[in-house]
Amino acid sequence: MSTPTTSFGRDAAAAISRSKNEPAWLVAQREEAGQLATELNLPKPEKLPLTRWTLDQYGVSRPGKNVAAVSELPEAIKALLPEENGSALIVQHNSSVIFTQLSEELKAQGVILTSLEEAARSHEDLLRKHFMTAYAKDEHKLSAVHAALWNGGVFLYVPRNVTIEEPIQALLFADDAEATFMPHVLVIAESNSRVSFVEQVASSLGETTSTLLHNSAVEVFAKSGSLVQYAAVHQMDNSAIDISYRRAILDNDARIEWIVGDLHNGNSITDTKSVLKGNGSTSDSKIISIGTGNQRMSLTTQAVHFGRSTESDMITRAVMKDESTAIINGITKIEKGATKANGQQTEKVLMLSPKARGDANPILLIDEDDVKAGHAASVGQVNADQVYYLMSRGISRKEAERLIIHGFLDPVVSEIPLKGLREQLHRILERKLG
Amino acid sequence: MTTQFEIQGLKSSIEGKEILKGIDLKIKGGEVHAIMGPNGTGKSTLASALMGHPKYEVTDGSVTLNGEDVLEMAVDERARAGLFLAMQYPSEITGVTNADFLRSAINARRGEGNEISLIKFVRQMEGKMKELEMNPEFMHRYLNEGFSGGEKKRNEILQMMLLEPKLVILDEIDSGLDIDALRIVAEGVNAMRSEDRGFLIITHYQRLLNYITPDYVHVMMQGRIVKSGGPELAQRLEAEGYDWVKEELGIVDETVGQA
Repeated sequence: MSTPTTSFGRDAAAAISRSKNEPAWLVAQREEAGQLATELNLPKPEKLPLTRWTLDQYGVSRPGKNVAAVSELPEAIKALLPEENGSALIVQHNSSVIFTQLSEELKAQGVILTSLEEAARSHEDLLRKHFMTAYAKDEHKLSAVHAALWNGGVFLYVPRNVTIEEPIQALLFADDAEATFMPHVLVIAESNSRVSFVEQVASSLGETTSTLLHNSAVEVFAKSGSLVQYAAVHQMDNSAIDISYRRAILDNDARIEWIVGDLHNGNSITDTKSVLKGNGSTSDSKIISIGTGNQRMSLTTQAVHFGRSTESDMITRAVMKDESTAIINGITKIEKGATKANGQQTEKVLMLSPKARGDANPILLIDEDDVKAGHAASVGQVNADQVYYLMSRGISRKEAERLIIHGFLDPVVSEIPLKGLREQLHRILERKLG
Repeated sequence: MTTQFEIQGLKSSIEGKEILKGIDLKIKGGEVHAIMGPNGTGKSTLASALMGHPKYEVTDGSVTLNGEDVLEMAVDERARAGLFLAMQYPSEITGVTNADFLRSAINARRGEGNEISLIKFVRQMEGKMKELEMNPEFMHRYLNEGFSGGEKKRNEILQMMLLEPKLVILDEIDSGLDIDALRIVAEGVNAMRSEDRGFLIITHYQRLLNYITPDYVHVMMQGRIVKSGGPELAQRLEAEGYDWVKEELGIVDETVGQA
């Protein structure tokens, strides 16, 4: 086996592209990105230096083994599936997508669910028009690396006026720390469509000296009047780094709901951004996180208002334990001309350890007069009066604190659209908070 | 054995300032005691000190419930021993539903291996909520979050009904209640009156005592019980105010901290 790549450039990226039989424009895009990756700097998250992070182990391509049925999936993956008989499921194992299932009913309605690699061949036009347009390859070094090396991935297309009742499930799983694991999720929701997408990122790396770099991206295009609910739960081993840039572009009257559990056990940078381009578009972001051990996290939510009468609400809640650090940024930007826009944000941090650190940075950037904007941020410990109140009913201190801490995260947990995933989330919380 | 609750020489301070200056009180099962008095005389401090609020330090005296030393117990142990305080300002707790909270509280009292079945719990809770004319939807709402003042007070009484304590302290349960809510709350309390349960009702208005007839009425001033009597004492206070008590006892300023 070849050793994990520690550096690469234009040629290496092109080689990947050709090996996958990709169209010329995509080959060129990977080449350019590969070049950019050697030139651009790392992003500079607020108050969180990345100098000691291992961000240059890109791994090698280790495709998983394709399977024909859910029953043939590796046990570790099957155990993570919230609902076995969903109507739509796609699974990435290390460097490739190994399973896709879409009900005949949805296919008949024109819904497309494939790996992104497959979409590059079978739905080239749609892909070319959208891919890496919300998340630019020249934003910084990490976006360039992603654009050069992305693999597997998910392509979901929902035709106009189609409502998908059951959530579409994606499971992105790695058990090889030396694999390149850089999925890209592309969701296109046409006018007046409705879809709920549930993404799980998990790993089972065992003992390893390598660092798995999950350098991922999500791009959602919500066309006029569409509603996209995007739920994500990330829970990888602490030897993995989670880089997750999420972007949504909203046309007139479109709506996105982000429901995110950034519950990774290692270092992470996540950035969840809604661009409210169309008039009357709305965005609702709810993010929870739990810091454990000595993990470092940068959690950013952003809303950029261009359209008139656009509304955004962003809530981030984090529980910080041990010696963990989380820098939580909320950025509401209202551009000139976005009259009657309303942008609200709240960041709340619950500190459970004197050695933990949690910073909340609410930022409002407003270039228009006729708008509403607001923010609230708090960093504090478990409220003593609440503990007293619960104890006065006979509940032990330990149980009272447990109830309060879980309750702190519940406003997000309770909105996860799949019952099975919600229960799984409760187990993750029990484990991380335990 | 009928409940015996005894407070002897209780002194308590907050942030170094003594508020309670020696309280003596005996409550037996079946009895309803009312503590009245103007604001700032230490009534609510007494309630908090008995329950064990961490801000109130007990500096002297003893409290026993059926011979057990209450002051030695942590707050949750006091509750499990049978003490219940309906609070003046109940906490709001996001993310914890009323039902989950109540079930945890009931199970904490019943102990491990003896948990109440979900069906039985729901049936009990629904029944009591109906008695209190509470919207069943409140079962699934976050604890006290977004409840009106009256709804919070009813929720306190709901907890009392489900937890079946031996000694109930109601701290200004009547404040912020309209007349209908007051009647409902009072009926809830009256339904719980029994031979093995004592009540300590703290109020500064007599109006609650029109619905719940006390056996004994105590007047608190300057951190002490300065006068005790029967229900007629409450009526006289309602009619004449507190000035005659102050005059009789030579008190100029009834609040704590002024000699």
